[in-house]
Amino acid sequence: MFTDFFYALKNRKVPVSITEWMTLMEALSRGYVSNLDEFYYLARAILVKSENHYDQYDVAFQECFNGIAGPAEINQQILDWLKDAAKRKTLTDEERALFKSIDFDKLIEEFENRLKEQTEQHDGGGNWIGRGGTSPFGHSGYHPGGIRVGGERGYGSAAKVAAERRFQNYRSDLTLDIRQMKMALRRLRQLSRTGYEDELDLDETIDATCKNAGELEFMWMRSRKNAVKMLLLMDVGGSMDEFALLCSQLFSAAHSSSHFKDFKYYYFHNCIYDNLYQDIERRSSVSTDHLLRTMEPDYKVVLVGDAAMAPTELAQRDGIISYYEHNETPGIVWLKRIADHFTHCVWLNPDGSNQWGVMSAQMIKKIFPMYDLTLDGLGEAMKKLTVKT
Amino acid sequence: MNTCDFDQFKGSSSYVTSGPLRNAVNVSIALGRPLLIRGEPGTGKTQLSHSIAKGLGKKLISWNIKSTTKAQEGLYVYDTVQRLNDSRFGDKNVSNIKQYIKLGKLGQAFASPEQVVLLIDEVDKADIEFPNDLLNELDEMSFYIPETNETVSAVHRPITVITSNAEKELPDAFLRRCIFHYIEFPNHELMEQIVKVHYPDIKDNLLKEALKTFYSLREIDEFRKKPSTSELIDWIRALVAAGIPQDKISSEIPLVSALLKKEQDVNHLVDTYMTRVGDSFVVRRK
Repeated sequence: MFTDFFYALKNRKVPVSITEWMTLMEALSRGYVSNLDEFYYLARAILVKSENHYDQYDVAFQECFNGIAGPAEINQQILDWLKDAAKRKTLTDEERALFKSIDFDKLIEEFENRLKEQTEQHDGGGNWIGRGGTSPFGHSGYHPGGIRVGGERGYGSAAKVAAERRFQNYRSDLTLDIRQMKMALRRLRQLSRTGYEDELDLDETIDATCKNAGELEFMWMRSRKNAVKMLLLMDVGGSMDEFALLCSQLFSAAHSSSHFKDFKYYYFHNCIYDNLYQDIERRSSVSTDHLLRTMEPDYKVVLVGDAAMAPTELAQRDGIISYYEHNETPGIVWLKRIADHFTHCVWLNPDGSNQWGVMSAQMIKKIFPMYDLTLDGLGEAMKKLTVKT
Repeated sequence: MNTCDFDQFKGSSSYVTSGPLRNAVNVSIALGRPLLIRGEPGTGKTQLSHSIAKGLGKKLISWNIKSTTKAQEGLYVYDTVQRLNDSRFGDKNVSNIKQYIKLGKLGQAFASPEQVVLLIDEVDKADIEFPNDLLNELDEMSFYIPETNETVSAVHRPITVITSNAEKELPDAFLRRCIFHYIEFPNHELMEQIVKVHYPDIKDNLLKEALKTFYSLREIDEFRKKPSTSELIDWIRALVAAGIPQDKISSEIPLVSALLKKEQDVNHLVDTYMTRVGDSFVVRRK
């Protein structure tokens, strides 16, 4: 019966492996568990290796052992919330947390049901969806893609992108061709001798010993370490889809280059606004302001994106394409703040086809030096990042 | 089945633990797997191993990891320089390599004739490859010294506690072998208990005011470093020692430097939430 639980966890994207499963079986067979509560903590300690996955674990656990469909209740709350669009802008943390924890497909499904219900209950259900600007769907009117049929379809496609998880191999280690990129990234080095004198300086030792008439005299030096810290900000989704492979290669190269002192990465969609995201699905967010406040300016910043968007997305308040969100500050101001805060920034553009002729790219180019995401472009960009200012 | 060896760890008088944490410790002891502890700084990750050692009456060996620490150092160090030096002065027989092999912390834990508690503190401080380099040793609880053609293997599997601040991601292969527990930030009630363990005679009102102020400070996201349990305990000690009247605690936040360790954070607090009244700063009313 427990095997179902294993697969439920897998389905919830908790990275459990056979090794851990066998450990759990060992613990169970030794009789360490006498009730469900103890099982809950035992299994969690053995199977889940990051607090980030505790939540998915809870959902899977409920599913298997309580017979309660995990997210159903939560969905209801989300739907209540969706119904009242005015509340949308004052989302509390708890609500955000709820949002993270739900299964996307399920939400869509429930959501569509809800829509049907709405039509049945009120004749003007269609109006409800279309009510300009105030309802979450109406918001899609801002969408430059111009979804006229109502939000439903737009929502569907966004969910599809997430469900396909075509970016999941961003983090896997592709070995082909990445080596070349790694070599390019290698240029990003500022070696300095730091720390304790813990390396034997052979030449000096021999010299000193000779001068000492054969009496051993040890000379030490500090070891060389790379002081470069890197911040990678990547545009994902939408028009970036066709460059997914290229971007994943770059990511792999940067991520597996162990020579950086520190490497941080965040995702955004089209342009950077109040929040950046820690995952490709853009569910867990970090406030951009917070990052600017807490990160030292000496991080080398590499932005990756095609810089192709409607000019309104850059220049306007609430220009953000996603209609869950709104932004007080136009994207271009955020970009400028990043450029001002960090001493070294470059923008890598994978879209070589239009030579960045689109207006938004022209605007961004004025803020960040822009390079092609090719080996040459990468090389140039790295050179730019090492120039002293 | 035999469960008497399971419920070994029950906490100790100076360290308050939650049920799930005790459970995780006991699982790791029973299965002989390393226990990986994560949590915000100052939630008592390191203290846990002291508490285990005290509670079970075992010796604690702690290995503090630094950015330059190599996995090899934990096993043994072959002191070539000493040997070279000895050979130069010739007053010792240097042919016996054994005397130049010094066991590291992990090696000591293995070689100890009785079971010990081994703390590997802040494992993520070291190089990314560091945990991987220890995989086999932690699995087999033994290692080989080629210089002397000897194998050091654990007499008793040490109770291994590994702490991490999640600064770097740990490799999957390493995680698979660990028992994991995330120490959540203590809630109000647990925190009261924790403070009372340290200050049994503290006045209830003072404690209440201090905790109220503390948790409201923790809600400010802009701080580079949020105050944590250990800072709270220091702060309360300072408040008691300075004899601050309790009505001033939440209005003036006296001795704030015990709570906020960064100048920017103190400035941020004063600029955003406080106003000057006479000689002192007072928290603005909302």
